[in-house]
Amino acid sequence: MQEYFSSLGDTLFKQLESGEQLLLEFSGEDSDFVRLNHNKIRQAGFTAQRTLSLDLIEGRRHARASVELAGDSARDLDQLGPMLKTLREQRALLPEDPYLNFSTEINDSEYHHDDAVVDSHEAVGQIIEAGDTMDLVGIFANGIQYRGFANSMGQRNWHSRASFNFDWSCYLQKDRAVKSSYAGFAWQHDELASKMESARHQLAMLSSPSKTLRPGSYRAYLAPSAVSEIISMMAWGGFGLKSHRTKTTPLIQMTEQGRTLDAAVSLTENHARGLAPGFTGDGFIKPAQVELIRAGRYNDCLASARSAIEYGSAANADSEFPGSLDMAPGALPAGDILKELDTGLYINNLWYLNFSDRNACQVTGMTRFACFWVENGQIKAPVEVMRFDDSVYNLLGAQLVGLTKERELILDAGTYGGRSNNSIELPGVLVAELRLTL
Amino acid sequence: MYDDLNRIAQQFNRIAPGVDFWTLRLSSESHEAVSVRQGVIQPIYNHLARGALLTVVSGDGCGYAATSDLSDAGLKRAAARATDWARQSSSLGLLNADDYPRPAARARYETPVRAHWGSLPLDEKVALLQDANRALKINDRIVDWSASLGYGRDDVVFTSSDGAHIEQRFHYIHPDLYVVANEGSQTQYRTGGGTRSARQGGLEQLDLLDFPGAAPALAEEAVALLSAEECPEGTMDLVLAPSQMILQIHESIGHPLELDRILGDERNYAGTSFVTREMFGNYRYGSDLLNVTCDPTRTEQLASYAYDDEGTPARREYIIRNGILQRSLGGATSQARTGMPGVANARQAVWYRPPIDRMANLNVEPGDQAFEDMIAGIEHGVYMETNRSWSIDDSRNKFQFGCELGRVIENGELKGLLRNPNYRGISATFWRNLAGVGNEDSFDVLGVTNCGKGEPNQSIYVGHASPACHFRNVEVFGGGA
Repeated sequence: MQEYFSSLGDTLFKQLESGEQLLLEFSGEDSDFVRLNHNKIRQAGFTAQRTLSLDLIEGRRHARASVELAGDSARDLDQLGPMLKTLREQRALLPEDPYLNFSTEINDSEYHHDDAVVDSHEAVGQIIEAGDTMDLVGIFANGIQYRGFANSMGQRNWHSRASFNFDWSCYLQKDRAVKSSYAGFAWQHDELASKMESARHQLAMLSSPSKTLRPGSYRAYLAPSAVSEIISMMAWGGFGLKSHRTKTTPLIQMTEQGRTLDAAVSLTENHARGLAPGFTGDGFIKPAQVELIRAGRYNDCLASARSAIEYGSAANADSEFPGSLDMAPGALPAGDILKELDTGLYINNLWYLNFSDRNACQVTGMTRFACFWVENGQIKAPVEVMRFDDSVYNLLGAQLVGLTKERELILDAGTYGGRSNNSIELPGVLVAELRLTL
Repeated sequence: MYDDLNRIAQQFNRIAPGVDFWTLRLSSESHEAVSVRQGVIQPIYNHLARGALLTVVSGDGCGYAATSDLSDAGLKRAAARATDWARQSSSLGLLNADDYPRPAARARYETPVRAHWGSLPLDEKVALLQDANRALKINDRIVDWSASLGYGRDDVVFTSSDGAHIEQRFHYIHPDLYVVANEGSQTQYRTGGGTRSARQGGLEQLDLLDFPGAAPALAEEAVALLSAEECPEGTMDLVLAPSQMILQIHESIGHPLELDRILGDERNYAGTSFVTREMFGNYRYGSDLLNVTCDPTRTEQLASYAYDDEGTPARREYIIRNGILQRSLGGATSQARTGMPGVANARQAVWYRPPIDRMANLNVEPGDQAFEDMIAGIEHGVYMETNRSWSIDDSRNKFQFGCELGRVIENGELKGLLRNPNYRGISATFWRNLAGVGNEDSFDVLGVTNCGKGEPNQSIYVGHASPACHFRNVEVFGGGA
């Protein structure tokens, strides 16, 4: 695939007119997707996608396009030649773009981790066997993802990786279920079996009569999956340079009023984790880390190439939504969490969050899957789903009791437009009060 | 473009795999978007995509393969992949061969367009957007503003081994106005002129969406919201404009009635439903005033078509009539799995994802109440417009929604602006408190362009149209600041 992209680029660069520059970004995947319901195959298939993005530049004028490729040079060049012509015509009608920004330093890179692709048919067979007698529903995704960059100044970057992501739930009844995931690069049957056994064990706990909580404030433990939902809301405009300069960040009280989170909270965009490519679509190389929140105080923003030049900063990200977040660990041993919680709510998952007041970073959402009522350090009963509505300044500030010492690395199972390569590593969070409303 | 897709379809007929049944959906998409932000023209966006989704039924199994390589060799490779998955699902699959529809229809459909995208030259589009930008930047408290216009054309050719041949061409128009006002740590924004809604058709739809005519009022409202009173807290009457009704319909009628959710397919991701199969035909979903249709035949709506992506002909159907639940939102496959009637709404968002049940155009039918009369009958309440926040549980029951703008209703009159208006409720009881449905004068055709669902995930267009509606006994509240 790298060779194909490289050869396509070389041909297109030869078609440039004097004074023109061309940036090319390639993204693609060859993936199997198997959807399961009632521990049987509901929909199974294969998808091959290849998209080439072009930015045709002359001076400060430019025009952009993305084209779905066939993977056959002759057919693809039949599309791309006319597209270059269209971009040239459009560019001539446009004024100079004051925020055009692309790397003019040559920084080549190559990353290959795509030689061992898991056998999807075998893995799905093992899943159905391991899930026997359970009402299992979910998605198995597996294959290779590709990303490349090339420009007419000679820069070449490549990133390809084979990976799988099995994201599933086992249902007891109605909305009572245990959520699990198994993602990585080398499929281990024993690890799958161990996760299935854990799901069976939790399902047994769900079989007790459920408890319905009244609206009010409760001491609560948020497991890493639940915390990741809260952090995702902060990330929805919270860390982008543009959203800060246009005052739309939900963290505006941190930047305008100096409000802080608990000193135990530190968030870093860890580009160095390496699951996502280390280069941007404008040819910049990402720094290893960007410290967004340091010891509870707002520190730095993610800046795309365009925002960087608009607001006088350096480009440090492909987009202004984080894709490789790290939340610093705390001191609570995960094994002691029930004891530390004592009496309260143990939340494994949250769902469908949104802002009830963006300026106050106040967030609402639902509990989902296996959530339990705990008394005196013992799990007593599953709880019916409840709505919460609370401020991040409470949950990670005034009401924060502590963070766990152990962290969980979560690989995003999202597949909108293609398989995500986002990830997040974070601890669980114990809070003195979480406000339930409905 | 049809010619090219038809040629590929004919070629495929000659090399098609020897299986019990297959369908081939070929599509060619082209999109263009022009945007001006703070008076600066943003990079023009062009997008071209061509691809095929091949679905194969073999024995009791079904498999699919999506490819953009539409050569004979590429389609043969896709057929081999799809057949491999059909074989494995034959022994491990959830469905039987009889569950898969076998369409054989032949038809052609195209969105009616009066003013084509190309009829307005690029420089005139830019000038229109620059004018809108000037109308949005009314003073220094406006800190960000933009206006955009987008166009998409999707050509689809659907064929099957039973002789189906359906050609459909869809034209979409996407206008957008956005304005942000700020003072200290208080920020408020307004959107309009078609933002997140869009329509099928051509440039003639812009006036109907008030684009760019809405710009000055949106800017004035954004600034006024900075110093507006916080929405009051309490249980009271609530009037929702069509720009919020679309979200209310979408989340608490559309999703819970999708049959694949009721069948459990979505339980790991989008969720299940509080609605069960036994409720159809007898369950009181809302008050007598509630009439809801699935209408893929209203041509300007986002999800209008003649046939869905399983080759089922589209018809207007009542989903809820006089408050009673009538029919599910399930396509042919879901109907076969349950033996229940549904609608033609098996749809794929893009060429590389398989069809699943989507709500298509789901509309609340107009009633007979003038908007002024509706307001005049309310002693104390709140009016809300334009959704900005949405959250609902996985059974689509407990919801909380927020809007960009509210207004006080006092003694039968609309009064001052309210900021951060929110309300919450439970689907199963909320619609039974429907006390008034606006007439045709308050009816608006809008939609949602980012409905997410499915594994693998698909974000699709759905249309919603509604008049203003009046609900009693709703829990209303403001922001947390």
